[in-house]
Amino acid sequence: MFRRLHSVLGLLATALLMVVAASGVVLSVLPAIDRAQVVAAPAAGTSVATVAGRIESRQLRVDVLKRLPSGKVIAYFTGDDAPPTSVIDPASGAPVGAYTPSATQRWFTNLHRSFFLDDAGRLATGLTALALLLLIVTGLVMTARRMGGWTQLAGRARGSGMQRLHVDLGRLALVGLVPSTLTALYLSLATFGVIPDGSMPIAPVPTVSIAGPALPVERMTALANVDLADLRELTFPDPAQPNDLFHLVTAAGEGYIDPATGSLAAWQAHGTAARIFEVVYMLHTGQGLWWLGLVLGAAALGLPVLGVSGAVLWWRRRRTQVPIAHNVAAGNADTVILVGSEGGSTWSFARTLHATLTANGHQVHAAPMNALRSYPAARRMLVLAATYGDGTAPANADSFVERVEATRAAPAYPVAVLGFGDRQFPHFCQFAADVDAALARRGWTRLLPLATIDRQSAQSFTRWGQDLAAAMGETFTVTHVPERPRTYRLQLTDRVDYGEAIDAPTAVLRFALPATGLRARLAGRGLPRFVAGDLLAVVPPGTDVPRLYSLASSSADGFIEICVRKRPDGLCSGFLHGLAVGETIDAFVQSNPTYRPARGKRPVILIGAGAGIGPLAGFIRANGQRRPLHLYFGGRSSASDFLYEREIAGWLDEGRLTTLATSFSRDTGGGYVQDRMRHDADRLRALIASGAHVMVCGGREMASGVMRTLADVLAPIGVTPIALKAQGRYSEDVY
Amino acid sequence: MKPTVAALALSLALSVSAPAMARSVTLTTTLNDYGGNGAYLAFYVTDAAGAYKGTLWMAGTKAKYYSHLTGWQRASGGKLAEIDGITGASVGAGRTLKVTLDLADALFDAGYSLRIDAAAEDMRDSPAEVVVPLTAAGAGKPVPGRTYIRSFTFAL
Repeated sequence: MFRRLHSVLGLLATALLMVVAASGVVLSVLPAIDRAQVVAAPAAGTSVATVAGRIESRQLRVDVLKRLPSGKVIAYFTGDDAPPTSVIDPASGAPVGAYTPSATQRWFTNLHRSFFLDDAGRLATGLTALALLLLIVTGLVMTARRMGGWTQLAGRARGSGMQRLHVDLGRLALVGLVPSTLTALYLSLATFGVIPDGSMPIAPVPTVSIAGPALPVERMTALANVDLADLRELTFPDPAQPNDLFHLVTAAGEGYIDPATGSLAAWQAHGTAARIFEVVYMLHTGQGLWWLGLVLGAAALGLPVLGVSGAVLWWRRRRTQVPIAHNVAAGNADTVILVGSEGGSTWSFARTLHATLTANGHQVHAAPMNALRSYPAARRMLVLAATYGDGTAPANADSFVERVEATRAAPAYPVAVLGFGDRQFPHFCQFAADVDAALARRGWTRLLPLATIDRQSAQSFTRWGQDLAAAMGETFTVTHVPERPRTYRLQLTDRVDYGEAIDAPTAVLRFALPATGLRARLAGRGLPRFVAGDLLAVVPPGTDVPRLYSLASSSADGFIEICVRKRPDGLCSGFLHGLAVGETIDAFVQSNPTYRPARGKRPVILIGAGAGIGPLAGFIRANGQRRPLHLYFGGRSSASDFLYEREIAGWLDEGRLTTLATSFSRDTGGGYVQDRMRHDADRLRALIASGAHVMVCGGREMASGVMRTLADVLAPIGVTPIALKAQGRYSEDVY
Repeated sequence: MKPTVAALALSLALSVSAPAMARSVTLTTTLNDYGGNGAYLAFYVTDAAGAYKGTLWMAGTKAKYYSHLTGWQRASGGKLAEIDGITGASVGAGRTLKVTLDLADALFDAGYSLRIDAAAEDMRDSPAEVVVPLTAAGAGKPVPGRTYIRSFTFAL
C-alpha cells in the first residue's frame, strides 16, 4: 500500500514538485544575496528613535520607516529630496539610493506559491506540499522496512545503483525537505484561512487630543524603547490630518504614539498565532535567516533527481511484471499458483512453472497471493512468495496471511510454499516462512515442506521442481531460463592452476574484455561496466542455464577474472577447467550491488576460503586509495592451493593489502580460517569497534562456520554478526 | 482587465431607490507599470468635512490585506459589510479597471469627494492615492494618482 501510494503520488506530483523545487532553489539564495548587500548594520542596541532622528535631522519628510527581514532599512518619502522609496544607512540616516523590490524575486515567488494562477494555483501548490509530505512519510516507511526497522533507518542503503541513489539522496534531503514541506503546508492552510495567521485589521486610531507641538522623534520614549532589529514599520503622522498619530508595528505588537508626549497612546500585543506565523514564514523563506535558506535550497535541489530516479525505478518495476499466458480461470483450475512478488522476477519463475505444468496436461491458474479465494476444482496449490526487505510481505501479498486466517476450514488439497529471497538481507525468506506457518496453523496439509531459492537460482528451482514432480507422481522437469541479457564471447588469455596435488583443482581464469566498437558502445550493446564482486554468468555449451561466478576483477583492470574450483561432475566447472588459452566462452555480467565494500575509509575484513578468495582479491587489486584491508584466507595446503600467493605478496608491498592471515588445514599445525580468527580475537574486536566491514566469501558451510566464530569472538563487546548484517557491515557471497 | 460592472447600487447613504434620482457613472482607472503584484484599490466617498459616506468599489478580495488601505480602513472602520457585493479582483500593473455604477444625483456638486486608496504587496501603502471632488464639471477629466494610478476618470 505504501509503495503504491508512493509511486502514484510521485508520478502525479513530480512535474509540479520540480517547478516548486526549482523556483524554491532560486528563492533560497536571495536572502543570502540580500544580506550581503545590507548597508553596514548599525551597532547593536540602536533604537528606532535614534535612526528616525537621524533621518529627520536631514530635513526629509518621512512617511514610513520600515525594516525588511534582510535587515535592510528603507523609508518612503514625500517630496523631491530623496527617491520616494529609499534605502537608509541607519548609521547616518542618509538615503543611500532608491529601493526597488527585485522583479526576479517577485516572479519566482509568484511561480513558487501559485504557478501565476492566483487562488487556484495556491491550492495546487498546497496540494503539492501535501503530496510531498505523504511522499516523505511513505518513503520513510518503505526505507525503514527495507533496512530492517526504524532503528536501522540510517544504515547503508542496499540495492541497485539507482535504488541507492534514491534512498541516499532522499535521506539526505530530508533535513531540508521536512521543514520546507511542513512550513509550506502551514502557510497554505493560513492563506486559505484554515488556521489563523494572527493578522488583524488595523486597530482604530485612538481619539487623543494632542496637547502641544510634536517632540523631535529621537526624544520619543516609545521609540527609544524599541531596538531597530525589532522594528517592522513606523508610519509618521499625516500632516494633512489633524490629530494624527504615529503608528508603530514591532515584532511584539502594534500601537499608536502621541507625537506631543512621545509615549504610547494605545498598544496591542501580537497574539500567539501572529508570532507563530512570523517564525514559520522565516523558516520557510529564510528571510532573516539566510543560512537556513541555503540549507533548504540545497535540499530542494535533490527533488528533481529524486523524481527522475523514482520514475525510473517505477518503470523498471512495472516493466518486469510478467503476465501469464493461457491462464485458466480460478474455478476450473486443478493447480493454483499464487505469487507474492514485489518485483517481477518471481513472476517469471511462476510463468515457467505455469508453462511446465500446463504442458503436462494441467489446468493451471496463476494469481497474486492477495487474490486468494476458494478454488473448487483445485487439487494442489503452489505458493511462490518473495520476501521484501527485512522479512515483510510484498505489496501483492500483504493481506494473504489475514485471508488464510479468515478461511473457515482448510481445503482438501495440499499446498507447497517456495520462498524467494536473498541471503544478503537479514531474515532470509521470512515472509515465506510466515506464510508456511500460517497455513500449518490453519490445518492446511503440505504437498512439500517449505523450500527456499536464494537470489533467483535457476538450479535450486529445478531441484524443487524435481521434488514437486515426485510429490505429484509425475515426470516433468522445470527448467527456468531467466530472461537473460545478450551474451558476449570471451577469450581465455591466461590461467593459473592450483591444488592439483591435493585433489582440489582450482583455476584462476583470465579473459580478455570483448572488443567493442564505439557504435556498439553508444548503442548500449557493449559489455556493461563491472566491479569485483559482480557476477559473471557463464553459459556452458549445450545448456540454457547460466552459472554464476564472482568476478575477481573490475572493468578498470582491463580483463575479466574468475576463480573456479573444479567440482566432481560439475558441468560448468568441468567445462571451464578444460579450457585452453585462446578458447572462448559465452557469458554476460550481472551486477551484484549488495556485495561491495561499504563506501568510506573504514577498514574491511576479508574472509575467504578456497575459490572464495576471487572477489576478495578483486577488492584488494582495486584498493588504489590504500584503505586498510585485512585478508583471512583458508586453504588446504600452503604448498598447493595458496591461491594468488604471488599477487598477494605484491599487494602487501604496495600497501593495497594491510595484513594477511592464512590457515591451511592439511599443513602441520594448521587449521581452518575460523581457528585463525579465534587466535586473532582481540584484533578482530578492535577492528569491528573501529567500524570495520566484514566480507565473507566461500562455501555455505565455511560461511556459517565463520559467522558462528565471529559471534563468539564479538560476544564480549556485545556485537553480533546479525546486528552487523542489519547495518550493512556483514556481507556474504555464498555458493 | 476591463470588467464592466453594471448598475450597482451603493450601500448606506449612497444607495438610491428611484432610477430617476440617479445617474450612471463609469470609473476608469489605469495603473502605472509600478513593477509589483496586483494592486488593491478602495473607491469611497467623503463629505465636505472629510467624513466617510460609503464605499463604491473594492478591487481585491482578501480581507486580510485591507489593512493596507489605511485611509479606507480608518474612514470606514474596515467593516466588510461596507463592501458586500461590490468587490472584484485586484488590478495588475499597467492594467485598466472599468466600473459602471449608479450614483445618486445628490452626490454631485455638493462638496463630496471621491477617494481612492491603493496598495500592493511589499510596496508602499498609498492612502488618498486619488482625491477628486464629485462635480459635474470634473467628469471626463483624467486625474493622475500619487504612486500607482496613471490616470483616473469618472464619466457621467
